[in-house]
Amino acid sequence: MHMADALISPAVGATMWAATAGLIAYSAHKVQEVLNDRIVPLMGVLGAFIFAAQMINFSIPATGSSGHLGGGMILSILLGPYAAFLVMASVLTVQALFFADGGLLALGCNIFNLGFFPCFIAYPLIFRRITGTAPAPSRLGVAAILAAIVSLQLGAFGVVLETVFSGISELPFRTFVLLMQPIHLAIGIVEGLVTAAVVAFVWRARPEIVNAAGAFQPMVKVNIKKVLFGLLLVAVITGGALSWFASSHPDGLEWAMLKTSGKEELESATRVHAALSSIQAQTAFLPDYAFKQDAMRPGMAETVPVEDQPADKPAWPAVAPGTSVSGLVGGAVTLALALFIGIALKRPKVEV
Amino acid sequence: MNKLSAQFLDIGYSDTLAGGNSFLHRLDPRAKLIATLAFIVTVVSFDKYAVSGLIPFCVFPITLIALGGLPAGYLLKKVLLVSPFAILVAVFNPLIDRQVLVRFGSLAISGGWVSFISIFLRFVLTVTAALVLIALTGFNQVCLAMAKFGMPRPFVVQLLFFFRYLFVLSEEAQRMLRARQLRSFDRRAMQWGTFVSLAGHLLVRTLDRAERIYLAMCSRGFDGRIRILRRMKIGLPETVFVLGWVLVFVFMRFYNVPSHLGALITGRLS
Repeated sequence: MHMADALISPAVGATMWAATAGLIAYSAHKVQEVLNDRIVPLMGVLGAFIFAAQMINFSIPATGSSGHLGGGMILSILLGPYAAFLVMASVLTVQALFFADGGLLALGCNIFNLGFFPCFIAYPLIFRRITGTAPAPSRLGVAAILAAIVSLQLGAFGVVLETVFSGISELPFRTFVLLMQPIHLAIGIVEGLVTAAVVAFVWRARPEIVNAAGAFQPMVKVNIKKVLFGLLLVAVITGGALSWFASSHPDGLEWAMLKTSGKEELESATRVHAALSSIQAQTAFLPDYAFKQDAMRPGMAETVPVEDQPADKPAWPAVAPGTSVSGLVGGAVTLALALFIGIALKRPKVEV
Repeated sequence: MNKLSAQFLDIGYSDTLAGGNSFLHRLDPRAKLIATLAFIVTVVSFDKYAVSGLIPFCVFPITLIALGGLPAGYLLKKVLLVSPFAILVAVFNPLIDRQVLVRFGSLAISGGWVSFISIFLRFVLTVTAALVLIALTGFNQVCLAMAKFGMPRPFVVQLLFFFRYLFVLSEEAQRMLRARQLRSFDRRAMQWGTFVSLAGHLLVRTLDRAERIYLAMCSRGFDGRIRILRRMKIGLPETVFVLGWVLVFVFMRFYNVPSHLGALITGRLS
């Protein structure tokens, strides 16, 4: 459930980046403050373990499908929330850079969805509450499963919200939620089972490892209020800065519209505001899905003089055939030119 | 060999590519990181129905691939093979948004298809840019660039560890899998109990290894810092590289090259 660059808008990407960067800084600070140097190599190697363990697939009985170990919860159990969050962030960074899972702009969203929820919500509020300081194996299992389900549900919901706020995909909020949540319920149950089983295995085999990891000691208190407050602050500041930017320089886009179409485009100045105000009025926005209409506006590329627009479809930028044909020809020529540049610049294969 | 292990070979290959020695490889990693981020942000900032405006942006990855001597076919294949999520979500656009947006004579194209193509283009451009960045720079250099930009030190250090042990541990997992396969004859699907045991053992070994690594590093004077000999320097080439590309991006963002070019050509023809 990785978000992709192609599906998010810069505002959503930047906001989530800011939130994630804040969390990374805070977690790194905590790791340095509370824990010792020893944990840093351990973190790196455990991240590599998550990767390696994902190569081992098992068959899920009676379904014909297969599952593998997820990440966030087992890392939280072994490392505590702060270090686990950093490891999740690095696992996702590597996936973004090498496997093109998600993308660089969407990395903030992905780290938040897959790191924040398991480490800072599900682990302290669910897992630790259930296990306490001296858990029985059955409690451990229940705790891991519940925590994994909750963190995956929240993560999936995060994906939905980020996608809908970006307004690139047409999927309505309700449909998307109905698609994502049940799938991730199943994934969450499997991840919880696997996490519980692996932790229980290590606990039986080498109890001192799990104990040394501090999993069941009274934990370093996660100040969830502080974290949430910080996040809120970051969101407000970023949102505010972006909306200020959008309102004080509305002419960036308008200017271009003026140049390309000869007519100023009026809808787009209000669009960012509409998006931001719908973020603020999130709760009001959820039941009634009206956001998509706000997000619609003529494409830069296909923008045509407004007088070409049929009167009966005011919200829709109709494109005159002539314009689109020339756009198509121009696109093909540009592509050819770019490829030509590439071939011309190509270095000889043999290097000295 | 399963799909994932093929992917791991891929990581190794990307790192090999980063060992190249072109002008672009020698550029300070920070310059490449900034230019790539500027590229991605510009591409993503386009409107959802933008298609022709996005096309000129392919000049960035194409130029870098050509100048850096990267294997274009390999990168393209990788881009098209991975990450079906964007396509999966985008494919709903044509189903939902059926309003006709473009007409070519009698052929009507709905807004959904236009935005689908737009998403696909964005996907190809952003993903290619990220892959090109890593193939030109190498993971360690990108990490060090992030450290220079103020990423917290523990994060960067553990990221470097993580990358180093990725290869070691995935080989270990491969060996375990192979051993199981050799001993299980025709039973291809892994049972639950076997899985737990394998993953658990891998975890135990990992933790032991982490302890050995830490002790070995302590005895060599590790103090939580990783020092490098190579100096990073933002000089004239880096400045020109970043400013040049940013100017190009801004130009292409606000001046729709294909539509003007097309108008010019079709205007001449008619």
